[in-house]
Amino acid sequence: MNSVIKGASYILVHTPDMVLYNGTTQTTERIVNPESEYLKEVPEKLRSYEDAVAYWPNQTYIGNVHPEELAKVEFPWYDKKMEGAQRYGKFGEIMPEEEFLLLVQASDMFEVVRLEKGFVAAHRDAFAADPVISSDIVERVHEGVELSEIEHFVNDEHAEGLYFDGQLVGCVKAAHDIDQNLSAHVMHENLMSKASSVLALLYAIRNAGIDKADVEYVIDCAEEACGDMNQRGGGNFAKAAAEVAGLVNATGSDARGFCAAPTHAVIEAAALVKSGAYKTVVVTSGGCTAKLGMNGKDHVKKGLPILEDCLGGFAVVISENDGVNPEIDLDLLGRHTVGTGSAPQAVIGSLVADPLDRAGMKIPDIDKYSPEMQNPDITKPAGAGDVPLANYKMIGALAVKRGELDRKELAEFTTKHGLTGWAPTQGHIPSGVPYIGVAREDILAGTIKNAMIIGKGSLFLGRMTNLFDGVSFVIHGNTAKEQKAQAGVSEEEVKGLIAKAMKEFAASLLAE
Amino acid sequence: MAILKDKKVIIIGDRDGIPGPAIAECVKTAGGDIVFASTECFV
Repeated sequence: MNSVIKGASYILVHTPDMVLYNGTTQTTERIVNPESEYLKEVPEKLRSYEDAVAYWPNQTYIGNVHPEELAKVEFPWYDKKMEGAQRYGKFGEIMPEEEFLLLVQASDMFEVVRLEKGFVAAHRDAFAADPVISSDIVERVHEGVELSEIEHFVNDEHAEGLYFDGQLVGCVKAAHDIDQNLSAHVMHENLMSKASSVLALLYAIRNAGIDKADVEYVIDCAEEACGDMNQRGGGNFAKAAAEVAGLVNATGSDARGFCAAPTHAVIEAAALVKSGAYKTVVVTSGGCTAKLGMNGKDHVKKGLPILEDCLGGFAVVISENDGVNPEIDLDLLGRHTVGTGSAPQAVIGSLVADPLDRAGMKIPDIDKYSPEMQNPDITKPAGAGDVPLANYKMIGALAVKRGELDRKELAEFTTKHGLTGWAPTQGHIPSGVPYIGVAREDILAGTIKNAMIIGKGSLFLGRMTNLFDGVSFVIHGNTAKEQKAQAGVSEEEVKGLIAKAMKEFAASLLAE
Repeated sequence: MAILKDKKVIIIGDRDGIPGPAIAECVKTAGGDIVFASTECFV
């Protein structure tokens, strides 16, 4: 039987200081144009934590707003605050930067993270009060060091500074004197990814209602690489994050494929569980510091706040069929192959139409499509348009071409079978997977019967190939009961019937 | 399409729109001389 989606988590971490110090748009500007007006403007254009929490798309991401409710909010969203917005949602939370830095230290196994004493003392209690942060994680936070020690590492030892409210409050040291792969910059990037993955894992366990010990395998699908000079991408973020999250019975591995990696990883996890190799697998990912403020120049130029101020994370728990939860149907997998080509029609054909053809289904038979779910509030001012809508138009156009949809219904198709984007532009984070949590709930509630998750990856960015990549899968309601009914009498039921007959026969013999 | 005949063309495609290789095929048939073609990811 197909494996099921037992639960999912979606978390954000508000990291405004990292926008300035670690986002590549800003760090590149600092190298090529250190006196630029843009760099001077960045601190004024960063949102407060309260504003990031009250941002409609963020509330949608953590599960307090349904995507259909978001679609009804007048666009643009950056200038509208949601009344009564909360830090915590049913899928996760929006963690403030100061508490996250303590989680980063708790996730550091090599003592490369140093935090200032007063900073730790000021925020330790708030960190410990987080509902998913257990005492063993809190205990990993050190008492802290003097600011002078941090200043020494940043000024003299190439450490990467950690800032809060524009003030230096800590640092990430290099883990090796010469090895570029263990430089302070790389260690910083990897630790932020790892710590946000830990937070996503903790919420996923809570949301799925399972014990930490139940998890047998973890797949990390972020876009970072950890290793040393002899194995640049050695890994393994998955097991490293599982350790901090306390998943004592888990091993794991990393899946990479740019933004398509989460969809690849969920398919791999579903296959591992269906095959019987593992009973419970969690797909997880943390966020990407490099992409913070990626479109900041365009946002500032147009008078918007810098909207890319949060790291994103998610995790999906996939387990054996429980007869209740929605299934990942491994008979309905789409894949862009080496030979598919790059024409948009061929791309959508391979990802959407081909798997449906194999099952005798039509494009409108899928209730909701979740391709790239980037928040258009971020992408439109930057000139990248409404990415989800562009994808829906392509899918709808293919349906028209195949005679499965009337041309007049094309506009309606994009809203009926589509969703308004709400995910932060963190590369892999918005790629298909943001909808899994919502889809699971909507299928359980009977609002929709199925959904297709589509992940796309820009492989050409790695300069190893000109190819693009993409995979897709379909989630639908649980079919265990139907399958059981179709299968007729089970082996256990036959055994029970024989036992009952033998018992009755024995009783009749005794009676005689 | 004659506007591209014997013209030098730089192509920047979009991952979620029209990718570079697809534009390149069109430019070739229109007689353009492709000096650079790539696909970029804007998200």
